[in-house]
Order: sequence, then structure tokens, then C-alpha cells
Amino acid sequence: MSAPAALEIEDLCTDYGPVRAVDGVTLTVAQGSVTAVLGANGAGKTSLLRTISGLQAASAGRVRVRGRDVLGLAVEDVVRGGLAQVPEGRGVITELSTEENLRLGGLWRGADAAALEDAYSLFPPLRERRSQAAGSLSGGERQMLSIARALMAAPQVLLLDEPSLGLAPMIAAQIMQLIRGLAAERGLAVLLVEQNARSALSIADRGVVLNLGRVVAADDAAALAADESLRKAYLGF
Amino acid sequence: MSALVRVPRSTLARSLGLALAGGAALLVASELLGSYQDLQLASGTYYFIVLAGLTMLTGLSGQISLGHGALMAVGAYTVALLVGNEHWALVPALAAATAVGAAVGVAVGAAASRLRGPYLAGATLALAIGLPALAEKYSGTFGGANGLVINPPAVPAGLGVSFPLERWEAWIAGAGALVVVFVINNLVRSGVGRSLRAVRDDEIAASLCGLHVGRVQTLAFVVSAACAGLGGGMLAVVLQLAAPGAFQLQLSLSLLTAIVLGGLGSQLGAIWGAAVLVLLPTWTEHLSHSFSLSQQVSANLPLAIYGAVLIGAMLVWPSGIQGALRRIYAAARRSSVGLKRLEGNPTSGSGGAGNESN
Amino acid sequence: MTRFIDLTLNGISTGAVYAAVALALVMIWRATRIVNFAQGGMLMITTFIASDVIGSTGSYWLGFFVALACGLVLGALVERVLIRRVEGGPPLNAVIVALGLLILLEAVAGMIWGNTPRSFPPAFSIRGYDVGGTRLLFAPNDTFTVLVVLGVAVALWLLFRFTDLGLRMRASALAPEVARLLGVRVGRMFTLGWALAALVGSLAGVLVAPSVFVGPSQFDPVLIFGFTAAVLGGLDSPPGAVVGGVVLGLVLSYVSGYEGASLVTLAALVVLVAVLMVRPGGLFSTRRERRV
Repeated sequence: MSAPAALEIEDLCTDYGPVRAVDGVTLTVAQGSVTAVLGANGAGKTSLLRTISGLQAASAGRVRVRGRDVLGLAVEDVVRGGLAQVPEGRGVITELSTEENLRLGGLWRGADAAALEDAYSLFPPLRERRSQAAGSLSGGERQMLSIARALMAAPQVLLLDEPSLGLAPMIAAQIMQLIRGLAAERGLAVLLVEQNARSALSIADRGVVLNLGRVVAADDAAALAADESLRKAYLGF
Repeated sequence: MSALVRVPRSTLARSLGLALAGGAALLVASELLGSYQDLQLASGTYYFIVLAGLTMLTGLSGQISLGHGALMAVGAYTVALLVGNEHWALVPALAAATAVGAAVGVAVGAAASRLRGPYLAGATLALAIGLPALAEKYSGTFGGANGLVINPPAVPAGLGVSFPLERWEAWIAGAGALVVVFVINNLVRSGVGRSLRAVRDDEIAASLCGLHVGRVQTLAFVVSAACAGLGGGMLAVVLQLAAPGAFQLQLSLSLLTAIVLGGLGSQLGAIWGAAVLVLLPTWTEHLSHSFSLSQQVSANLPLAIYGAVLIGAMLVWPSGIQGALRRIYAAARRSSVGLKRLEGNPTSGSGGAGNESN
Repeated sequence: MTRFIDLTLNGISTGAVYAAVALALVMIWRATRIVNFAQGGMLMITTFIASDVIGSTGSYWLGFFVALACGLVLGALVERVLIRRVEGGPPLNAVIVALGLLILLEAVAGMIWGNTPRSFPPAFSIRGYDVGGTRLLFAPNDTFTVLVVLGVAVALWLLFRFTDLGLRMRASALAPEVARLLGVRVGRMFTLGWALAALVGSLAGVLVAPSVFVGPSQFDPVLIFGFTAAVLGGLDSPPGAVVGGVVLGLVLSYVSGYEGASLVTLAALVVLVAVLMVRPGGLFSTRRERRV
């Protein structure tokens, strides 16, 4: 591939005081592909995402979005470089309406009514609830809202932090399929953090396993899923 | 195996030791100082009494009060009425001031325990303004804007004819401070102190553990109000006056900033805070005199410096003077511990991070 | 009966001023979770500036608008330089910084302009309306006061509810981290919030100046009543601020009229405590306090 990968991370390190949460992580995510980040609780997955988007300061390493260095930039500027993050717990602003949440996502880009229409077509349940307070949405609907809101900015890179958390298995599966589809249709580079490793590997192209902040395995998703000893040791299935 | 000085293990003994040590220091200081400084010592001591209670309330139980100036007024007027009208002796009057302060504290504390953060600040703010106004409304009893005058306490004959009044006042204040130190130290290190901290850190978790949140917080308020009553009573004795002008909003604000400067929750910090309250205004007045500033400027200079110091201290020293000292101390300990490690000696327990009651 | 009407009208007029101060406090609380105790000092400074402008140019309206403009600038400056450093930290630190700023502003004002209160002209006539032979205690200036505060409140409501800027500001206040992830420049929104709040505060300052006179500590009671009104209505609720202001204005007017002016602050305390006992989050609180 001659063009730079949409998301490149090199030797990224993040410290919370004396604790090293992210320890020399290197990975790349190509356009139109899904990379799953797996590992147990506390393995450093969320810290990794927060460091990439700039919510958390890194101690060392490099992060490049579409070839541009973004480490050290303010979160708002990283986002404006073409990155969007769906935070842990969805981050839906409950006091605002569904539509206000959506519009908010596209403001910096000047997204118009067409983008809003696009979101509603993708997630019809949101259209029904467009004027309702986002706090009244169910878990699955909130996840849809959060993803749709991130898409309003037409990002090239999408970070998802535990999208299936707290969702009924069927809904979670639907969301996963949706993510897969979005990556392919819109050429997104998706970095997906998930505790439900089996589900994540089923839709991902590549997988990266973290333990104590370090990458212990990185391979094609199918290969990881097939590796029994790895699965038992780190992924719980 | 036996160390040269055995630090008593029981909390009670420790508190007693602390109080006695503090008392001895005060005694010596008062002997060495002149009359004016004795007066300052007395002032600083009654401020310390109030601040000790207030810093426990805010630091340990997490409740903000902007109204402790009004509680001091309660104590002051109690002493003024009892000594002036009923001719009570000083010590019983001060005890009564403490009790009345505590009683008012029960009422205010019960209400306060239901309020959080800014709402508590607002309610106590209104208390600070509204309560002293009662003195003007019922000026018959409370002497209106001029307040009530108190005759200076008689120095006991046993101390000699030439014993300075100011030193006697410093001793009285000191005695009160010792009691306060003893009580609060015990409280802070006891189960009650732990309950306070638990409620401050996570109310819901604490109540799930069976702690009665309202009762615990009211208790903290009552203790701090008792301290304010005692301190206010002492203030009336030293100033020989209980008037609304002494208990305006500025007082409550000064108290609050003093405990923040000293470090929230820290009894030692209360000493720093009291020192600042007494010494800073004097120092700023000297400053403006030595620079021969215009009347307009020099009259406002103390306040301006006060405000700037507050802002600066908060931006530079968020954990107050005591916190800064603790950091220096901790850093010193760490480097000495590091040295010990190099020499292969076993180290003692971990540093004191997170332990804030000292 | 006339007395009652007089007191009611007077209460509405003073209530409008308290509502404006309350609104300023609520805006800042919503945006940055800080109670701006320095608001009283800030509006005092801008009123002094207006007083100087009026004194040297003879134009009331020039002074009026200069005060508002200075409010904007002062609010932005305070947020950028001071408050930015304590945002997100322990709330007590911000309280102390605000109190320190209040004291500092009052002292500096005393140094520049002196401590003697000076008079300030009203915008319109203060001669009460003549209704069928009786002269009410309500004058054209009071009408102006009520209308302009109402107008500003409505304008702010429109801004927040219907504009993109308002949406950004609300998001920054409700969920700053999420807002950042959506590309909102949260820092700028905070600065703007403070600037607008200070503008509203300055408005309150020039409106109330004719009755309290202009001096370093003359606006302290106004701050306290504004704060009480804000807490009354619920710190999270701008409409609550307006209602709280008017309610407080009415109550204090009645107390002052029937019981005497010295009980006014105590009455405010009683109202405050009574309301908070029943609804610890203020009259308009619909949800529990936001927990971080």
C-alpha cells in the first residue's frame, strides 16, 4: 500500500503517575478495515483509545492520523484531523435531544441537513425519537446515537470503546455487524476495543491483544480466533 | 529495644500529650512577649479555636460553611449578656457560649446536612448576613449597632497585682484552645473521624455501610459550631465588646480563606491560618505606612494584598501551607529512605501520602 | 391596599435586578460548575466605569453600553487568566479564588475611585406613575428595568435553545469531555459563557446603581440577594433564576414594608432554608445534582 495507513501508532506509552497503562504499543489500521483491541479488564485498552484521541497525555511514542502527527494536540484538534471516538458508556448527552446530539457531532464540519438525513436512514429508530431527550433512549438506541453522532463528522478513523457493553446479546450482535458494514462502505479505519473477544474477532480483520499495557499478540483475526492457547490465556474463550 | 521517647499508642493519651505540649509552648510564648503581642497571641488563639472546628468541618466532613462568623457572634453575645447583665464569672460564661454555639449548631447542622455544596454555601451565606442583623432589630436586648460592652475580666489575685491583663487573656484563650485540640484530635482519629471521612468521600457508599449520614454530618457541624461559639466568646472578652460590626460577611470569608491557606482538615494548618488572620493585616498596614501611600490607596491596601494572597495561594499552593510543608517533608523522607535502601538497611512503612489529619 | 400594590410593584422591580444577578451566577455555574462570588465585584467595577463615562461625556446611554462591553471583556479576562487554572479542581479552590477576586476588586476600586459612595443617574424618570390620582411607587425607570431584564433573559434563551453556538455552549457545560470529542472548542465556550454572564451582571449593576449608590461595597447586598435568588430557583435553571429573583424581590419588599428594612436579609435566609428543606436542589430542580 503506497498511501499511509489511516491510523498509525508507534511505541505509544501512557503513564498514570507511577503506573504505566500503555507500554510501547505499536499498531496500524488501514482504511476500510476493522482492528480489534482485546484483553482483560485493566489491560490498557481504554487508556490506549484515550491517548490516541488526546483525552489522556502520552509519555512517549507517535500517533499519526492520515499521515499527520496528532500526539500532543488538543482533543478538539485531533478530532478535526479526521478522527472520531465513541467513548465508553456511549457518552450520550442525556439532557439534549437526540437530534441535538446528532447536530452537535457535525457542527465543527458544518454538516448540513443531508448528513442528518443520512444518520436517520442508517438508524431509523433515532428518527422516531429525534425530539426526545437522549436520556430516554434505551441502551441499544444510545449506542446507535453515539455511532451516528460520530459519523456526522465524516471521520476517516473511528475509535469505539466497548460498544457492546451493557447491551442485550442480540442488539450487541447487530451493532457489531453494523460496524463491520460501515467500515467497508465508508472506508473507515476502525479501532474497536472490546471485552467480548469472540464477538469482536468475528467482525474484525486484525486483532491485537493487550496485557498489562503491552501487545502480546497481533495477527489476523481469524488466526487469533483459531489459536487455542492464546484464547484461553487472554481472551477467555 | 526501648526507644528514648515512647510515643503513647492510645489516641486519648496522644491527644492529651499534644494538648499539654501546645499548652506549654503557649505559656512560654506568653511570658516572653510584650503586652501587644500577648493580645495578638490571644487573638490568634481564639481564631485558632474557631478554625480548628471549621477546618475539621470542611476538610474532614466536606461541608462548606460561609456562616461561622455568625456562630461566633452567637458566642460573643452570649458572653456579653451573661457577664454584663447577669454578672457571671468568665469561665462559666465561656462554657455557656460554647453550649449555646453547639445548640445553634444543632439547628443549623440539621438543616445543613440536607444541603450540598453551593446550596449549603448559599444558606450559610445568608446566615452570616442575616443573624447579626437581629442585633439591630432587637436593639433593646442586643444593644443595636453599638453592641454590648463587656468589662475586662479581672486577673485572679493569685497571679499578682502587676500581671498584665493581656497575658491573662492569652492564658484563658490558650486553655480553651487546649481543650479544643484535645477534643478534636480525639474525634478526628476515632471512629467518628473515620465516619466523617467516609461520608465526605462517598455518601452513598457510607450509608450503605450503615452510617447515618445526616447524624454524622450534624455532629461535625455541632462540634465546629461549639468551637465558633467559644472563639466568639473569647473574641468578645478580648475586644471587650460584642457588636454587629465585628461579625460582618468579611469575618466569615476570612475564616474560610484562613483554613484553605492553612490546609483543609489539618489542625496544624489551623495554626497557620490563625497566624495569617492576625499578622497579615498588621503587616500590610506597616507596609503602606513605610511607602507613604495616599490615604485612599493605603486604606485599601491591606484588603488588596489579602485578596491577591488568596488568589495567589490558591493558584500556587492548592493544598495550603500545611500541604506544601507536607510535600517538602515527604520529599525529604523519600530521599532519606532512598539513601537507606542504597545502604542496604530495611525501610520503615510507606510515606504519608493521603493521611491528612495531623 | 395601595401599600400592598406599591410593595408588589417595587418587589417586581427590585426582583428584576436580583433575577439578572441570579442569571449571571446560574450561567457561570452551568458552564463551569463554579459559584462566581466575584460577580458583585465585577459588576461594581463596570458600574464605576460607566459612572466615569457618564460624568465625562454627559451621555447616559454611552455609559450604559460601555458598562456592558466592559462586562464582556472583564468576564472573558477573568475566565481566561484566573478561573481556567482552577476549573475541574476541588470546588473549594474556585470558591476561594472567587472570594479573593471579590476582595481584590473592591480594594482596587477603593484605591482608584475612593470609598465614598457616589450617585448614579437612572435611565428614565423615577417619578411614579399617576394612576387615577394616586402616585404609584412604580416609575418609568422601573418599567425599563423589568423589560430590559426580561428581554435579556429571552435573548439568552433563544441563543441557547436555537443557535449552534448555544448548542455548543450547552454541550460544553453538560459534558465537556464528550463535547471535546465532537470537536467543540470547550475552552472558548467557557470563556464566552463567562463573558455573557458578566455582561448580564453589568446590566444589573447599572440598573440597581441609582438606588444603592456606587461604591466598593455597595453592591454586596445585591450579590447576596442575587445568590439567594439563584439558589432558590436552582443553580442549574435559568428560568429558575428569573422566577427566584422575582419571588425574592417580592418577599423582601413585603418584609421591608411591613416589618422593617433590617429584617430583610433574615427573611431571605428563612425563605431560602424553607425552600431548600422541601427541595434541596432549588425550586426548579427536576433531576438530582449531576455527579461527576
